[in-house]
Amino acid sequence: MGNEEEMQKIIDYSGREFRYVGTRTVRPDGFDKVTGRANFGADFTANGMLFGAVVRSPHAHAKIKSINVDKALKLDGVKAVITGKDFPKLDVNDKMVGEVVVSYYDMGNNVIAREKVFYDGHAVAAVAATSQEVANAAARLVEVEYDVLKPVMSIAAATKKNAPILHKHVRTGGVEPAPTKASNVANRAEFKLGDVDAAFAKADVIIERDYSTQTVHQGYIEPHACVASTTTDGSVTIWCSSQGQFMVRAYVAKLCGIETSRVKVIPAEIGGGFGGKTVVYLEPLAVMLARKAGRPVKMVMNRAEVLRATGPTSGGIARAKVGAKKDGTLVAGEIELTYEAGAFPGSPVALGCMTGFAPYNLTDVRCVGWDVVVNRPKAAAYRAPGAPVAAFAVESALDELAQALDMDPLELRMKNAATEGTQAPYGVKFGRIGYQETLEAARQHPHWSAPLGPNQGRGIASGFWFNIGGTSSAEVMVNEDGTVIVATGNPDIGGSRASMALMAAEVLGIDVARIKPLVADTESVPFSMLTGGSRVTFATGKAVIEAAQDAVDDMRRRAAKMWDVDIDQVEWENGCAVCIESDQHKPLSIADIARKADKTGGAISGKANINATGAGPGFGTHICDVEVDPETGRVTVLRYTAIQDVGKAIHPSYVEGQLQGGAVQGIGWALNEEYVYDQNGTLRNTGFLDYRVPVASDLPMIDTVLVEVPNPGHPYGVRGVGETPIVPPLAAVANAVSRAANRRLADLPISPPRLLAALSKG
Amino acid sequence: MAKVVLPLEVARTFADGVTEHAVDGGDIRQIVRALNQRFPGISDRLSQGTAVAIDCEIYQDWFLEAVSADSEVRFLPAIEGG
Repeated sequence: MGNEEEMQKIIDYSGREFRYVGTRTVRPDGFDKVTGRANFGADFTANGMLFGAVVRSPHAHAKIKSINVDKALKLDGVKAVITGKDFPKLDVNDKMVGEVVVSYYDMGNNVIAREKVFYDGHAVAAVAATSQEVANAAARLVEVEYDVLKPVMSIAAATKKNAPILHKHVRTGGVEPAPTKASNVANRAEFKLGDVDAAFAKADVIIERDYSTQTVHQGYIEPHACVASTTTDGSVTIWCSSQGQFMVRAYVAKLCGIETSRVKVIPAEIGGGFGGKTVVYLEPLAVMLARKAGRPVKMVMNRAEVLRATGPTSGGIARAKVGAKKDGTLVAGEIELTYEAGAFPGSPVALGCMTGFAPYNLTDVRCVGWDVVVNRPKAAAYRAPGAPVAAFAVESALDELAQALDMDPLELRMKNAATEGTQAPYGVKFGRIGYQETLEAARQHPHWSAPLGPNQGRGIASGFWFNIGGTSSAEVMVNEDGTVIVATGNPDIGGSRASMALMAAEVLGIDVARIKPLVADTESVPFSMLTGGSRVTFATGKAVIEAAQDAVDDMRRRAAKMWDVDIDQVEWENGCAVCIESDQHKPLSIADIARKADKTGGAISGKANINATGAGPGFGTHICDVEVDPETGRVTVLRYTAIQDVGKAIHPSYVEGQLQGGAVQGIGWALNEEYVYDQNGTLRNTGFLDYRVPVASDLPMIDTVLVEVPNPGHPYGVRGVGETPIVPPLAAVANAVSRAANRRLADLPISPPRLLAALSKG
Repeated sequence: MAKVVLPLEVARTFADGVTEHAVDGGDIRQIVRALNQRFPGISDRLSQGTAVAIDCEIYQDWFLEAVSADSEVRFLPAIEGG
């Protein structure tokens, strides 16, 4: 078979006949969302509910000398005021040690400042009152006396000799000998394969350059919001929008000093998270206010609060170096990344190190990362945390290398693409992956060969994300009429209800319309890890498949009882139990079996609790066309194509949406988005007018190509898809602009002033 | 004996910078116990935010995963996601 034929076969992969998986069914949440019936975080109300407001620091870096709440408490309608002193004291070594290390000390100090404030907008107190207006007025009456310190707003400022130190307990980790002095450099990470220096010595061409990106926000449309209610026995119920009801439960229990069993979290619909809702901000405040006031408390952030005090992801600087032979064979790669962690340690810089060169077959590679604290909000996860900045540097360097070699940048990537067996920079060899297939799809796409006009340029870039599995649970409950409920513990951010229903339908053999997918609260299903890491369709999907199979086995047992035959004589075909040994027994549908459930053993259900492994890595390749206006510096995105190996698209429309959304967010990161602080460390662009995310009128239709190279670690071939699509766009856009402007744009965002400045250099 | 690869930072702190070690053990818990006998304190360090790849299969939350004599066991930073 020729290479082209073979590629076509892979791209068209279906592997097995699916009846429901891969179809574009009506989304289960669609009607409620378009008619305004869906309940998001701010939509819930409770009897006697109070309204909360947060007192936030106007300073980026200051010691709290005193907080006086007397005036606020005297205001008519105010029912409670809390400060950091109302929370249990946390030790600096208080961590949740598990799959990832969570510092409760840092988290608690981020939720509400204790001794110091670390960024503009840092919470210092909160009030609850009978109306939002009164709560806001009371917040203004809380008197906080600060000892203002010099803010440390950038990596350069943080790493300067004699820079003000944010945390006296932070020592640089990952270096030997272990430092004895406090530092703003929280950690160092390093990954290395082979002998990089010797390999560079063999290169015919070496490209080396510095790159920079700015702090950007996840930009979810729905602000953080919750309602908390407490009872006299100390139990707490929280209604909130988050990426994980069990995550909220665990963090609130710890930060507020409550047993886990006494915290119930009911998930609301979520209006975007992108990683930014994998942490808590308001929930512990609402709980402590509710407890103090003895009434439910609702808290909703405004946009300025969201931008000042939640998210964002790290701005970073990178130095990337690539070496190649004249024929384009890569011989060595090196990258040094320094990321802002924000106010507390923990940027995703190690993940940047692990991902930047992952798409390429390099035996000699070194990646070093530095984690640096600055007086900005604590960095939170954002789609493929750490990867976009690293990919921006590496993929830009490769574009420059292709230009230096006078080589097609797609062919350069194809020549060096990672395949099955390639060792990633973090040491692990890939299993079956589909990176080459995305490049082949790009090569065959009409976009790649379309003509360009004056001042126009085309960029291409690729990206990688690991994807993860983890703990997931699912229950499949068969109702008396044969309809089915599929309950899971993961908020539906990117269409998981639809994909859970489709996968259950595939196992059960019934129309997906007869299945109701449910996002259950923390007391109704067993624990699941949060929705993130592109894990839910993969891991929770695996749990749903197992739970549905468990229900099928239960129904086979019931049918066997009804027919008085051995269960081995009962098979499951097209949604019916079929007796293989006798023609006398007419097949029994789920409805037939459910109707007799009382007589055959009671309710019918299936369940699965798993820790899913086998997540297949994701690779994507994006093509971007831009036009540069040399007079204004404005960049217009003319055409954009996102191509990705998605394993198997359970619901293709949602998968396409993931690719489109990631591309759009990456375009914003590349062209417009950045935090603008003044010299005092005060954030100046606290709304969507000034923090400029791309809107529909800024963009062309984002074309998508779903390449399906099945993941052998999932029964239906699923790979996570939600994060990979934000990895390539930064470089795809920058490469396009660089080619259009005939000079390398290495600093993001490529906003009109920055581009004009670059163009003015001649 | 399985080939165990430590992260550079961990190797520098506990193993004089040597990343590769031959270690006996039928599962990952036994491997970590054996490492801890050789490098006291490494068990706690590896239990904090560290995933493991056994023959290139990544386990985020490791405990009793089987390891064979010719396995490669590679400790990695745990992978978060957005």
